[in-house]
Amino acid sequence: MRREPPRTLVDYAPIAFPALMLIVFFVVPFSTMIAVSFFRRQQGGFYTPDFVIDNYARFVSAFFGGVLGFSLMLAIMVAVCCVAIGFPFTYLLARASRRVQIVWLVGLLSVLSLSEVIIGFAWSTLFSRTAGLTNLLVAIGLMEAPRALLPGFGAVLTGMVYQALPYTVLVLYPAIVRLDPTLLEAARTLGASPARAFFNVVVPALRNTIVATLIMVFVFALGSYLLPQILGRPQHWTLSVLITDQAIYQSNMPFAAAMAVFLVLISLALVALTLYLGRKETA
Amino acid sequence: MGRHLSRLYLAAVALFLALPLVVVAGVSVNEKQSLTFPPEGFSLAWYAQIFVDSGWRSALINSVVLAMTAAALAVAIAFPLAWFLWRRIAPWANIFQVLGLAPFILPPVITALGMLTFWATLGFYGQAWTAVISHAIFFVTLPLVTLSLGFSSIDRSLVEAAATMGADDRIVLRTVVLPLILPYIVSGFAFAFVLSLNEYIVAYMTVGFTVETLPIKIFNALRYGYTPTMASVSIFFVVVAAVVFALIARFGDLPKLLGALSDGK
Repeated sequence: MRREPPRTLVDYAPIAFPALMLIVFFVVPFSTMIAVSFFRRQQGGFYTPDFVIDNYARFVSAFFGGVLGFSLMLAIMVAVCCVAIGFPFTYLLARASRRVQIVWLVGLLSVLSLSEVIIGFAWSTLFSRTAGLTNLLVAIGLMEAPRALLPGFGAVLTGMVYQALPYTVLVLYPAIVRLDPTLLEAARTLGASPARAFFNVVVPALRNTIVATLIMVFVFALGSYLLPQILGRPQHWTLSVLITDQAIYQSNMPFAAAMAVFLVLISLALVALTLYLGRKETA
Repeated sequence: MGRHLSRLYLAAVALFLALPLVVVAGVSVNEKQSLTFPPEGFSLAWYAQIFVDSGWRSALINSVVLAMTAAALAVAIAFPLAWFLWRRIAPWANIFQVLGLAPFILPPVITALGMLTFWATLGFYGQAWTAVISHAIFFVTLPLVTLSLGFSSIDRSLVEAAATMGADDRIVLRTVVLPLILPYIVSGFAFAFVLSLNEYIVAYMTVGFTVETLPIKIFNALRYGYTPTMASVSIFFVVVAAVVFALIARFGDLPKLLGALSDGK
């Protein structure tokens, strides 16, 4: 049965339910959010339809500029750390036997599906004074007394790298596992060492994949909202945390929506860039 | 990289990924109600708490029911769409595929806030079924991806043969397509189920104050200090996820589902 264009109305029937669901429960909510971002806030958590840009104008303050700058910087650092750790790792993983790969993939998927709450809890335990890593350092005599390593920037960064690393590996995996092995064999036959073949053949061949992964991990990290709260101080809060805070605790939906729309624009621009890079590589 | 060096590197990554879980597992079997590692004594009391304590038990039930129904709905949305895209030439229909992928690509807080404004505007904010729909839309990406992969792996000559023998669309779907696509339906459901079970922000923004799921319960508990049940629930989650993915790997081709070529090496 070849693919045919739909001719009668009945041919369209299968798509009716998915289309309806996606339009009513994704496109409409999304549009509602955009509309609300222009609404005027009323005291007491309500808002009235209007068209004001105050909500957007409010970002242009030193405080929100600082938060945005911090969020972007944090997401960039997470993306760079994850790709730096994840790329060589995925490369080694792809060369392991199928059986070993499956064990790793099950583990990675399990960590990936962990709730941010659980990751936050686990790392806050590891960084605590009573049950943390410093007890280990005390035990082997490297430290005098255990101490707490949180809240702090290092704790936030570690937690977020932990959260994003399995995602990074799974994004890199298809490209790396499909890499033509003859490329590497050729390099080795010509006398390149494994490390040299890796840096001179594998890395350049997957340059676009690496850039695309950096962007995807960046967008992923931009969405982190609980880890900065659990592991950091208020100055480590990201845009996602502020959006939640404005929406739920300050009951300022228009402002939260305006920030969310802004976050969408950044993310969409980056996703578009990723797709553009991906297209270039397959062409 | 040298063989030893690469082993060392893999081991280091494994340690990094496993360390938090090891410590939490240790804490979860602590006899006393205190945060200490290595654990003092051994007790499974905190695991029993998940089922005995009514607060934790109802959170567990909420999470499982929400994840089951949301995953089922996600599959119900994804299946007809993926089938249509495979069966018909209708380039415009790809728009719906993009819509299905979008919630998963954008930062989750955006889907969550969109849902919150939507349900609040309609006056349904806080009702349990809104969380089911919100999660189904949020996670529809997963069955959509596995099903598209499944359909693309179906040999069209099989379908052609059935059609030549006089089978119409419906018979082909039931006798040829469904048996071939079933593993992908199951894995799509399983992916959506596990992620929904662990999801925090969408659940919190839609029903967080009326229906407490386990991640919400853990976060609320975390704010008011430590209780060892948090540790046991965390381990319970990891084990459920690991079992589900191990089953997918046992009965399906996990590397292929994640993008490797099917023939292996």
